[in-house]
Amino acid sequence: MKRLLFALPLVVAMIIGGFAIWGLSGGRDPSSLPSEFISKPVPQIDLAAIEGVERPGLSTADINDMDGIKLLNFFASWCGPCRAEHPNLTRLGQEEGVTLIGINYKDKPEAAAKWLEELGNPYVALGSDYSGRGGIELGISGVPETFIIDADGIIRHRFAGPVVGDGLRRFLEALDEVRQ
Amino acid sequence: MIRAAALALALLASPAWAVEPDEILDDPVLEERARAISANVRCVVCQNEPIDSSDAGVARDLRILIRERLVAGDSDQEIFDFLVVRYGDFVLFKPPFKPSTYALWFGPFIILFIGGAAVAVSLARRPRAPVKNDLQLSAEEEADLAKLMKEDTSL
Repeated sequence: MKRLLFALPLVVAMIIGGFAIWGLSGGRDPSSLPSEFISKPVPQIDLAAIEGVERPGLSTADINDMDGIKLLNFFASWCGPCRAEHPNLTRLGQEEGVTLIGINYKDKPEAAAKWLEELGNPYVALGSDYSGRGGIELGISGVPETFIIDADGIIRHRFAGPVVGDGLRRFLEALDEVRQ
Repeated sequence: MIRAAALALALLASPAWAVEPDEILDDPVLEERARAISANVRCVVCQNEPIDSSDAGVARDLRILIRERLVAGDSDQEIFDFLVVRYGDFVLFKPPFKPSTYALWFGPFIILFIGGAAVAVSLARRPRAPVKNDLQLSAEEEADLAKLMKEDTSL
């Protein structure tokens, strides 16, 4: 009994250490924040179209009217990682049967229009969020961020950072989960 | 000359407050409240910095938004609630007191209690050293002491 008591601190230390190792391994990032909107409907947003881009603006009602799974992507022309993930998102829109919708975050309309002209415009609807208030409504911390919204208009996943490399793999896993 | 000018400039420079002049409200009472609120709101980009001193874009947006809501007449609690709905409890530096945070609030006291109990138990179980009442040296001890005192200790 006494010997067991002596081992107790070691056991406690091992439990805490094991928890720390678990928290840092397997792609878990302790600094990534869970979204408050998981399993909730899209909050109220109503964003005008980007001037000079031939796509309608974006409101919550528009999103709820769309069929199937939607990817809501926050991007900006000044954001390097957005450029990197753009081909992947374009491909997802073409091959995975998901609807791409975009919010142009804190960006000048001219710059956004030029960026979309250069890289292609895979979005069916695009909201201009020059003030960044739309981003705050959805609790984003920066760009790029992509939300997976299911057929019922419920936010199922928030992906912070570019959908490239390992990020693309994790994003596809999340997408598969939403499909089931 | 250039050095002197540089030094003068360096002395003029004030500490870098993230709150920029154009954000500050005219009403000092509201501004005071805005500062107090934003000191307790975590920046979601830099995470260990309050938005009050963060230079991140989102932090600035939130500072402005807090001031707008204060001007519109929101209470402090309403503003915190607004932020928590969007960013979660994580944005509050002082975590709320609710069932999911009981472990956080009570944990240290529980550990202190367990530690205190362990110390109390181990002290209670320790065999007491026999207490000697004779504070006087015995004749034998006196002799030993005298012998030691006589020995030359000066090195």
